[in-house]
Amino acid sequence: MPTVTMTVNGRNVSVDVEPHTLLVQALREKLRLTGTHVGCDTSQCGACVVHVNGRAIKSCTMLAVQAQGADVITIEGLANGSKLHPMQEAFRDNHGLQCGFCTPGMIMSAVDIVKRKGNDLDEHTIREELEGNLCRCTGYHNIVKAIAAGAKAMKSGARA
Amino acid sequence: MSATGIGARVRRVEDQRFITGRGQYTDDIHRPYETRAYFVRSPHAHATIKSIDKRKAEKMPGVLAVLTGEDVAADKLGDLFCGWMVLSKDGSPMKAGSHPALAKGKVRYVGDHVAVVIAETLDQAKNATAEVKVDYGVLPAVADLRKARDPKAAQIHDNAPKNTVYEWVLGDQAAVDAAFAQAKHVTRLEMVNNRLIPNAIEPRAAIGEYEPGTDTYTLWSTSQNPHVLRLGLSAFIGLCPEHKFRVISPDVGGGFGSKIFIYPEETVCIWASKKVGRPVRWTAERSESFQADAHGRDHVTTGELALDANGKMLALRVKTLANLGGYLSTFSSAVPTFLYAPLLSGQYAIPAIVCEVDGVYTNTAPVDAYRGAGRPEACFVIERLVEVAARELNMDPAELRRRNFVTQFPYQTPVASLYDAGDYKASLEKAIQIADYKNFGRRRQESERRGKLRGVGFSAYIEACGVAPSNLVGQLGAGVGLWESAEISVTPTGMVEVLTGSHSHGQSHETTFAQLVSDRLGIPMNHISVVHGDTDKVQFGMGTYGSRSGPVGMSAIVVAVDKVIAKAKKVAAHILEAAEADIEFKDGKFTVVGTDKSAAFGEIALAAYVAHKFPTAEIEPGLKEHAFYDPTNFTFPAGTHICEVEIDPQTGVTEIANWVAVDDFGTVINPMVVEGQVHGGIAQGVGQALLEGCVYDDSGQLVTGSYMDYTMPRADNLPSFKVDYTTTKCPSNPLGMKGCGEAGAIAAPVALINAITNAVGHEDVPMPATSKAVWHALQKTERRKAAE
Ligand code: FES
Ligand code: FES
Repeated sequence: MPTVTMTVNGRNVSVDVEPHTLLVQALREKLRLTGTHVGCDTSQCGACVVHVNGRAIKSCTMLAVQAQGADVITIEGLANGSKLHPMQEAFRDNHGLQCGFCTPGMIMSAVDIVKRKGNDLDEHTIREELEGNLCRCTGYHNIVKAIAAGAKAMKSGARA
Repeated sequence: MSATGIGARVRRVEDQRFITGRGQYTDDIHRPYETRAYFVRSPHAHATIKSIDKRKAEKMPGVLAVLTGEDVAADKLGDLFCGWMVLSKDGSPMKAGSHPALAKGKVRYVGDHVAVVIAETLDQAKNATAEVKVDYGVLPAVADLRKARDPKAAQIHDNAPKNTVYEWVLGDQAAVDAAFAQAKHVTRLEMVNNRLIPNAIEPRAAIGEYEPGTDTYTLWSTSQNPHVLRLGLSAFIGLCPEHKFRVISPDVGGGFGSKIFIYPEETVCIWASKKVGRPVRWTAERSESFQADAHGRDHVTTGELALDANGKMLALRVKTLANLGGYLSTFSSAVPTFLYAPLLSGQYAIPAIVCEVDGVYTNTAPVDAYRGAGRPEACFVIERLVEVAARELNMDPAELRRRNFVTQFPYQTPVASLYDAGDYKASLEKAIQIADYKNFGRRRQESERRGKLRGVGFSAYIEACGVAPSNLVGQLGAGVGLWESAEISVTPTGMVEVLTGSHSHGQSHETTFAQLVSDRLGIPMNHISVVHGDTDKVQFGMGTYGSRSGPVGMSAIVVAVDKVIAKAKKVAAHILEAAEADIEFKDGKFTVVGTDKSAAFGEIALAAYVAHKFPTAEIEPGLKEHAFYDPTNFTFPAGTHICEVEIDPQTGVTEIANWVAVDDFGTVINPMVVEGQVHGGIAQGVGQALLEGCVYDDSGQLVTGSYMDYTMPRADNLPSFKVDYTTTKCPSNPLGMKGCGEAGAIAAPVALINAITNAVGHEDVPMPATSKAVWHALQKTERRKAAE
């Protein structure tokens, strides 16, 4: 059984995995970081999005062994202690979630969108950039609002 | 209105755990020594099982058990059941076929449950399923409901000749025939309500655990109604006595109906946990969700609307063929009958209506309630007919509606519904104003200048929510009553636990229920917690579906809160040394009328528990009350959606240019939450009309078995929505609420199809109206114009 050593949410971890274990399985089942979800088996729902070395990745499309040496941030590691990330706050303030199942992936994708596209995001850009994330509850209306607001809030100081 | 009272946009209490990744969904829970289940599913739509050889699989590494239908039968585990008896016109009962948790002798759809492997790890279970050798005798299959009753069609259940479950009717055939004979105009449409796959983003999951020391079972499940699941598994399927069985539905990631039902997988997990002596867990892969979650809709309908010379509606005749799939799922029989035909009158005074529904078996997944359940289908029928009638009569579709609206309440429709309150004209006019309908022509010209086609469509929907008055549904064949229960438990320090039989899987109950109680008791929201989803904590409940948590679930809470206040007043009378009749409760304070003597809610709670200052022979110590609230009528949310589309005639691609929804939900507790429900509902409706369609091929293979082939609405398929309200209070419940969970999904598909057909100038546009379908419709219009 290979061992993967990586940094997850700022902590060094080593986990024993099968060669075919997916990163999402290692996170959920070995590290019990169950905030990262699995919503499909064809890499299309985005419920599993985490950041690997600063980029948003669908953790169901990556083998755990590929994360050897990587710096991984999951939804559990996004807040700064008890201070929420502005994007998390924005999702709450704008009712950007209902059942909450897609939410971790949405928030992780949203932070990545801001990093790539900047803090002034128009509706069209947000909608196109959310191509990889499915939500069945919200009709996306409030997710789009939340991301626009979160993007602005990220500019005004809080860490990205 | 206080910052957290009824009507306030309070941020959600539940969000903290979801935005930080600390939700607890079923698959997040792990039990000591748990094992993994993986199912052997039928690759055939219809086949006999000649034999199953499981010897090799049983010897595979890590395998603890391989169980089949033989084992289910040997343990005398009862069949899965359909809980709503529907009678045919001739009075005969519906033909419910046998439905064992694991197939016995025969499989009836692709994905049907043939065997389960239970192993130490998921990999081991999966590897072993490959070694379960099933010898199938493949039979011809019938997947298309239109072919189900062909004399040569495959016979799916022995007790259902011609694959017919029932032939049902509601309404007065003779009155309808007489009215049609008098009609100046008849609009006739053939309509297909496309089959959908629900696709909550959290797949179904279950963990069953048997505890031999106490002979008790615990099932964690993604259920919308844990008590009903417990009742069904114990009383009908015969797993164990009800009091030996606990069901927990923790955080659930969306349901939309698909998580109401009692499925084979959870039945097998809880049953097998005793057989292997360890917890058994299963989580659906998305492909399993596609194959084996109950699907929705799938109707073929002929509708005819008779009108007089002034556009007054005279009668409606509807004939529907409804696909119920390979087995009758838990509430399936009621969906195309009692949840459908009673809404066919729409918002209109139509003197005579008749609706015939034939339900058929096919070799497809069971079909059951999916967001709206019967009501989107009914709304589609009446609102398509009305829109097309207006076009045929050269009338403004809004004007034709105005002429026919029900305006006097209560209004008894000819199809059993008793509308209690509404102002349909108000919502129509408000929507027209917000949509700037009067300038539509200008916008259409502007689109044409850009080479685009523009269309507008209305949907003046009505639905029946708040299921349901128990004695009424009993008469209609329901196996259970549909009241709701609540318990208000006040602690000695004045904190309040609200235990509810409703279940939240996205509906925000932890917030809105607390808002209601806070408003009623005058205490801060953070002194209140809402408990749901655990049969060991909540005494009973019927769960959440049919937009019932507001009108029924919250009504139960109101009744229980009022009982708490009544008892607290008795205690307060002793503490404040006054007559009970002189105690007034307001803003969290008990006051002796006309004096400044008062005590806060928390003080009285403490006094009730300390019990020093009142005679306990007259007033029991403690402060805890419960209620069972049974509604007296359904509720009737209604409103108007107006959709505007722009179509590229070169490609057939439809873009939604504007969406206005004006809804009358009665009292609204939290508009932010309600608007979220409307947005989500519209998105699902747009999905149905534009993108989603479940396809089986002729051999019964599921063609749309993953997100590669089944098109889910994504952010870039949808616009932002304009949502507004009009309000008439519901007279039948204490809060005046009507329910809002399904409205969007009911109203949206027909608004969109009305808009698209308006743009392309042809009524024959199927759902989903893909670019290809729209393009073909445009070619028909071109040919017609050329011929003219
Ligand atoms: S689980 Fe669906 S994209 Fe990863
Ligand atoms: S909030 Fe439920 S799937 Fe997005």
